[in-house]
Amino acid sequence: MWFVRSGSLPFVAQAGSGCISSEVWKRFSTGRSRGAGLAGTARTRRAVRPGRRPGQGGRLVNEDPKVKPSRSCGPERGVGRQGPACGPDDPRRGGDAVGAGTSPTDIPEHRPKGGERRSRFITVSGREIAPVYGPDDIAGLDYDRDLGRPGEFPYTRGIHKTMYRGRLWTMRQFSGFGTAEQSNERYKYLLRHGQTGLSVAFDFPTLLGYDSDHERARGEVGRLGVAVDTLADMEILFKGIPLDRVSTSMTINAPAAVIWAMYIAVAEKQGVPPEVLNGTIQNDILKEYIAQKTFIFPPAPSMRLITDTFAFGTERVPKWNTISISGYHIREAGATAVQELAFTLADGFEYVRAGIEAGLDVDAFAPRLSFFFNSHIDFFEEIAKFRAARRIWARAMRERFGARNPRSWTLRFHTQTAGVSLTAQQPENNIVRTAYEALAAVLGGTQSLHTNSMDEAMALPTEKAVKIALRTQQILAEETGVANTIDPLAGSYFVESLTDRMEEEAQAYFDRIEALGGVIAAIEKGFFQREIADAAYRFQRQVQSGELSVVGVNCYVESEPGRIELLKIPPEVEKRQLERLREVKARRDPGRVRAALEAVRERARSKENMMPVFLEAVKAYATLGEIIGVLREEFGEYQEPAIF
Amino acid sequence: MTRGKVRVLVAKPGLDSHDRGAKVVARAYRDAGMEVIYTGLHQTPEQIVEAAVQEDVDVVALSILSGAHSVLVPRVAELLRARGAEDVVLLVGGIIPEEDVPALREAGAAGVFGPGSDLDEIVSFTVACLERRKPS
Amino acid sequence: MELVERLLDGDRRALARAITLTENEDPRAAELARAVFPHTGRARTLGVTGPPGAGKSTLVDGLTHLYRRSGRRVGVVAVDPTSPFTGGAILGDRIRMRRGSADPDVFIRSLATRGHVGGLSWHTGSVVRLLDAAGFDTVIIETVGAGQAEVEVMRYAETTIVVMVPGLGDEVQAIKAGILEIADVIAVNKADREGADSLVRELEMMLELGKRSRGGRSGEAWAVPVVKTVATTDEGMEDLFAAAERHREHLASTGELEAWRTRELAAEVTGLIRDLAGQKAQAWAETAGAWKEALAQVAARRIDPRTAADKLVAEFLACARSWS
Repeated sequence: MWFVRSGSLPFVAQAGSGCISSEVWKRFSTGRSRGAGLAGTARTRRAVRPGRRPGQGGRLVNEDPKVKPSRSCGPERGVGRQGPACGPDDPRRGGDAVGAGTSPTDIPEHRPKGGERRSRFITVSGREIAPVYGPDDIAGLDYDRDLGRPGEFPYTRGIHKTMYRGRLWTMRQFSGFGTAEQSNERYKYLLRHGQTGLSVAFDFPTLLGYDSDHERARGEVGRLGVAVDTLADMEILFKGIPLDRVSTSMTINAPAAVIWAMYIAVAEKQGVPPEVLNGTIQNDILKEYIAQKTFIFPPAPSMRLITDTFAFGTERVPKWNTISISGYHIREAGATAVQELAFTLADGFEYVRAGIEAGLDVDAFAPRLSFFFNSHIDFFEEIAKFRAARRIWARAMRERFGARNPRSWTLRFHTQTAGVSLTAQQPENNIVRTAYEALAAVLGGTQSLHTNSMDEAMALPTEKAVKIALRTQQILAEETGVANTIDPLAGSYFVESLTDRMEEEAQAYFDRIEALGGVIAAIEKGFFQREIADAAYRFQRQVQSGELSVVGVNCYVESEPGRIELLKIPPEVEKRQLERLREVKARRDPGRVRAALEAVRERARSKENMMPVFLEAVKAYATLGEIIGVLREEFGEYQEPAIF
Repeated sequence: MTRGKVRVLVAKPGLDSHDRGAKVVARAYRDAGMEVIYTGLHQTPEQIVEAAVQEDVDVVALSILSGAHSVLVPRVAELLRARGAEDVVLLVGGIIPEEDVPALREAGAAGVFGPGSDLDEIVSFTVACLERRKPS
Repeated sequence: MELVERLLDGDRRALARAITLTENEDPRAAELARAVFPHTGRARTLGVTGPPGAGKSTLVDGLTHLYRRSGRRVGVVAVDPTSPFTGGAILGDRIRMRRGSADPDVFIRSLATRGHVGGLSWHTGSVVRLLDAAGFDTVIIETVGAGQAEVEVMRYAETTIVVMVPGLGDEVQAIKAGILEIADVIAVNKADREGADSLVRELEMMLELGKRSRGGRSGEAWAVPVVKTVATTDEGMEDLFAAAERHREHLASTGELEAWRTRELAAEVTGLIRDLAGQKAQAWAETAGAWKEALAQVAARRIDPRTAADKLVAEFLACARSWS
């Protein structure tokens, strides 16, 4: 996206003078002048904020502190006055719970005379927050029914009895770039410095099932992750890393089953049997259709591949998490916190349904389902989200799907701090943002955590940046004391009220999705995509109008953007990868490859599990592109609906 | 009444699948009264330029977050020239490290918008570029 | 005209530019239309309409593919609505036309309605003619048709395909009413969804009931077929293609094609006469002395507007006669 991972505002077009006169250019450069709002709403002024020097940053400022900002529109929640009505296109409409549902407790005596700092206090999701919460907001909360003790149904307070008292969350930094050798070095670096689990990022061609020598891969090899074309690359990736002692998470979706087969094959060569392998494959195709868009095949065959992995995992690789049902990307695409919560869990329910329909016993595969959430910058909203997620999942699994194993009821999740909250301006600030987001994740009870590096808005992280990100977690764990007691925020009027609210709103989404015919039908109708696009646009407008603040972007702006060392991926990476690919193709047994690919094709046409034929194919050094190529022919390719 | 609308092609070249920004910018252009043709994901430079020619657009706006801009942008610019469409304003947005910008401008990009760019400014910049173009 | 020369020669940029000039009502557009007209009249035209979400663009991509396979060159005009609030538009139909985008004998142009009501743009007809003249012997017009207002496409297309989709609910009622008037072929797309068969039955019933009251272009002899399709997998597309071509056959063999074309051209000329004559009369009236007088009388309620107009027109005609 243009202004990725940050709000927006005066980071100026780096166009230089080629196109417009320098006078005009100066006006853009300082970014101070603003045209009329495109949404056609009245421009408003903002009182000067203490600490900010007028004229230095942001837009034209009203210096008169007596002028109250009157930026709100639509029904004012909990307050008697009415703002101007929102037009249908007004981007400030909508957002979580705005103007809908119950209003927060309004305690008039707490509103200072002369107005508050803002006319509305909203989260990044657009949810309006009341000044104060009290007992009335959680009247009806029943400890045993709604919270339970840690490790007890409905697990609102955490899925384990001891949580971080027993064992800290896994510190798992997502990485991978360039060639397998470089990634291998980075993994060893991180393990040396105390990281406890590996997480592999693949490049775009690999994510989409193309080999590095495919014409579409040109310029993209090894850029945003490691290039994996054959088993040979995986062997190098994990060279010297004991797969029986390390747990590995691989962020791969459409080709996940094939990549997983490669990992299993590498382990075998190390003498490690699949039964002891520990790790995760993301393997969550539904969110690809909804948000991340690295899909290949249409929904039905994709779901088949996924249920194949469930079955294979249950039988042969029982410690492996065969899916990481993800909300992270949905959030990054622009969704609100409730949308992230609801859409992710809806996907989860869909996978459970699919597994059951494929004839699997829910208690056999559900314990291995895992989740992956975002931790965004609005602190309490995130904590409430995580708690609500556990409660919703537990209740649904027990009551709706009839699971009997408590491990089917427990929602385990990995968290990554929000990439989209990072700014390119003043990147050191990102260290702070990440720290707050990590804190929220820990107070929310995450099982594992990736903290973003400060430069992640601009490039893959440097060694220095990634070390700081890791230390952030370590300081959190060792020094702050927040891990010394379990679910410390339970009982907070605010947090419990917010948790309840989010659960209700998620339920409303579940009902809508049902009415549309289920998750896949809703995907085809563009329901999720539209909700997300609307939320993304609304957010952008809120940042531009200043209703949401982003330090360094629309407040506390510095005219000279800070410079940090960025990681560069040299073009030699692509060359080296192509060479390796050539070598592997020259060395392998073409007859064995042909036979293996034929077997893949045949198996694709049947209803039997594909994993065994994938294993044979990867061991024969068939390339990812070749295997996926066969599947493209058999399953077809998915085209997404055009949704804005 | 149907006079002179600005036509913009918003394109996602290469394998980059992040379309949040492209869609938000498309909306901003539409809100500014322009006609936006959105190509969808995974376009080759050839497909983009062919669409640009058929749709006779005034602006081609490429959204690239995959780091592959050094290859893709010059290629698109080259093809536009080859098709006689060098008067099309070429804009690039996404994750573009500052040191790569001069090369892109050299290759023909009139503007490069990094993270943190303001929608209104993208639109005004576009309009300004169009006003400077020779009348066709 | 040089642009026309290049257009006729197959220069796609010239064609694209000509379309732009036409859309923008550029002063050169009239000359363009004149120069191009003798080279038109060959293209086989189809219209594809239906509610949003029916899968029209994917269907058009499928039809394009089949027409290409039968050796034709295909032009596509995809129309999307202009936002009434901002005057802008997002034209997203190209996204679904993947196969077409890679083919040199396919030309896809996206148009916005720019305030025009009826489902098409003001200049759809002219754009179709430009594609025709440029050598695209098959032109498909795609537009959103959600209600009875958006029936314009039938004026430009020999065969109109209405695309329906199961599961739309009550909105369908509004569309169904319009269908009887404009559909030559009905496609029930996404036919792998629940409710497809009952939708087909419902439509067939409505068509049966409406048959007696249908006059219109295709006449009573044409039984509107309902074809099930799953455009994303090409299922049913061959049947749809065949149905569309059968319709064309029917029109040609009954002489209805000629008759329709003549009617449409006549309507076009008549429309232009009214525009031009009306413009001239208005221009004259506003400068004539009698104008102020007439207005004053109407304002004072001594004569009514109709009478005033009658008198002015009579005077205009008298003047006109005296000029010749």
